[in-house]
Amino acid sequence: MLGGVIVPASDARIDGTAFLPTPIHWLGSLCVESIVVLGDVASFTWSLCGWLLVRLPRGRVLWPILNEVGVRSVPVICVTGLFIGMVLAVQTFDTLSQMHFQSHIGSVINGTLVKELGPVLAAVMLAGRVGGAIAAQIGTMKVSEQIDALKALGADPIAFLVVPRFLACFLMIPALTMVAEGLGIFGGWVVSTQIYGVSSHYFWNYSDRFIMAFDVVTGVLKSMCFGAAIAIIACHRGFRCGSGAEGVGRAATEAFVASFVAILILDFVMALFSIQLLKLLWRLGVPIS
Amino acid sequence: MTLLAASADRSQQIPNRHQVAAELSRVSRSFGDQLVLRDVSLQVLRGETLVLIGESGCGKSVTTKILAGLLEPSSGDVLWEGQSLKDRSAAELRRDRLRLGYLFQGAALFDSMTVYENIAFGLRENSKVPESQIRAIVLDRLREVGLSTSTADKWPAELSGGMKKRVGLARALAMSPDIMIYDEPTTGLDPVMSRVIDDLILQIQQRRGVTGVVVTHDMNTVQSVADRVVMLYPLGKLGAQHPQTVFEGSLHDLLNSDDPRVSEFIGSNRSFSGIPRERSIA
Repeated sequence: MLGGVIVPASDARIDGTAFLPTPIHWLGSLCVESIVVLGDVASFTWSLCGWLLVRLPRGRVLWPILNEVGVRSVPVICVTGLFIGMVLAVQTFDTLSQMHFQSHIGSVINGTLVKELGPVLAAVMLAGRVGGAIAAQIGTMKVSEQIDALKALGADPIAFLVVPRFLACFLMIPALTMVAEGLGIFGGWVVSTQIYGVSSHYFWNYSDRFIMAFDVVTGVLKSMCFGAAIAIIACHRGFRCGSGAEGVGRAATEAFVASFVAILILDFVMALFSIQLLKLLWRLGVPIS
Repeated sequence: MTLLAASADRSQQIPNRHQVAAELSRVSRSFGDQLVLRDVSLQVLRGETLVLIGESGCGKSVTTKILAGLLEPSSGDVLWEGQSLKDRSAAELRRDRLRLGYLFQGAALFDSMTVYENIAFGLRENSKVPESQIRAIVLDRLREVGLSTSTADKWPAELSGGMKKRVGLARALAMSPDIMIYDEPTTGLDPVMSRVIDDLILQIQQRRGVTGVVVTHDMNTVQSVADRVVMLYPLGKLGAQHPQTVFEGSLHDLLNSDDPRVSEFIGSNRSFSGIPRERSIA
């Protein structure tokens, strides 16, 4: 490798001229590196799944992490959810009132929060608050040889470090999503009814008409996928972090950026999937409201 | 017979299979494009204290991590009790690794746990020993390394460098290993504390009869604890055909070696007087 580009074993061609990487080489290198990283993440996830089936973490290891990931994230999730709900009300009221649809504001705010913004916001906040911290913690443990010490003392680092963090993110994010949605709906209701004078009856009535139980369930399931992705990416970046403080800092940043991108991609894929699922359930006559 | 003479005598015996506790066979290891170890072979004999010396970057710590099964070699083989690590399952490797205690260079204490929890960690993870017995073992190990039992409630951040090393040693000893690996045990410590650690290594070898592997570039430590010495040389300073192990033999032979690379290493140890230290343990 030379400057991120895979070059032939010799840096000179047969005719003696120096090897200069072309855009095709850069693209090829990028593809190879991406495949290597994806393979590494897949292998890491496979080990995690193996340990999840074989041995669950002990209570004294799991509880502090559940507390850190779940309970201590509640304040920031509350503030974010509340203000996003209020901002949604402010932004949508004018448009709706121009069309004389202001009484429908509850369905717009609550639908947006339950289907998209609640799960995505909770996941982004979790990625920022917890994902970076997980990558930094594990990275520091790697740099200071604590991960080697775990192995030397007969513990498997995946079982001891990754499994509890994965479970904490996977299990706590649905609750955090519900909190974000609840506070967002409350914030939207306060602004709509107390500031803009929308009737509380219409606010809830239209919300009830346009939001199905299916939306709530898919929102929660979506958030669980986001939680799993955040934990896997953050732990993986921690385990693969470079040396020194710079390596740890970079791992934390990469964990957040990669988690954020993964959340957006997963959100798109799951939106497509849930629409198809909804159509299928409708055709089969399964009650979804 | 003096200890130096005894050391020289022991190193001249040809080991048989049963005497070899752990072995590296033509091991190479690279990190990315950088080759750190090339075709290194090494035998650790049961009951001896083998000291690995060499300047920084020559691959001493990598060698011991490969020997302890913490790092996989790029090529070559690692054998414990004559059996290759490749022939062991992951579970067998985790179990057998407990026979090796490892004192890390920076002690590598788990900073989210107290001293007590650090020392009890291996016992809690790998046995069903009742907590009362674990407590007794933890306090016993703390006394063994010369720390008061009140240290048990402290956090790693509250300890000095020397105390951290001793807690790391107590943590490794809690598992009653057959082989102890010490990675730079005196680096960063003052001369008095270095002597305390050297004495502890000797005590452990003599009282428990454990096999020791010590990585150091401190000649005072070499003189205090070594039965046999192996010196590695950085690959960047070696030709392609030259072996990376530039010396293997007794302390006596090391001090009388006419290899300029060995003499240069010994000469660069400013604090090393060359006067034999007395190996008496209180």
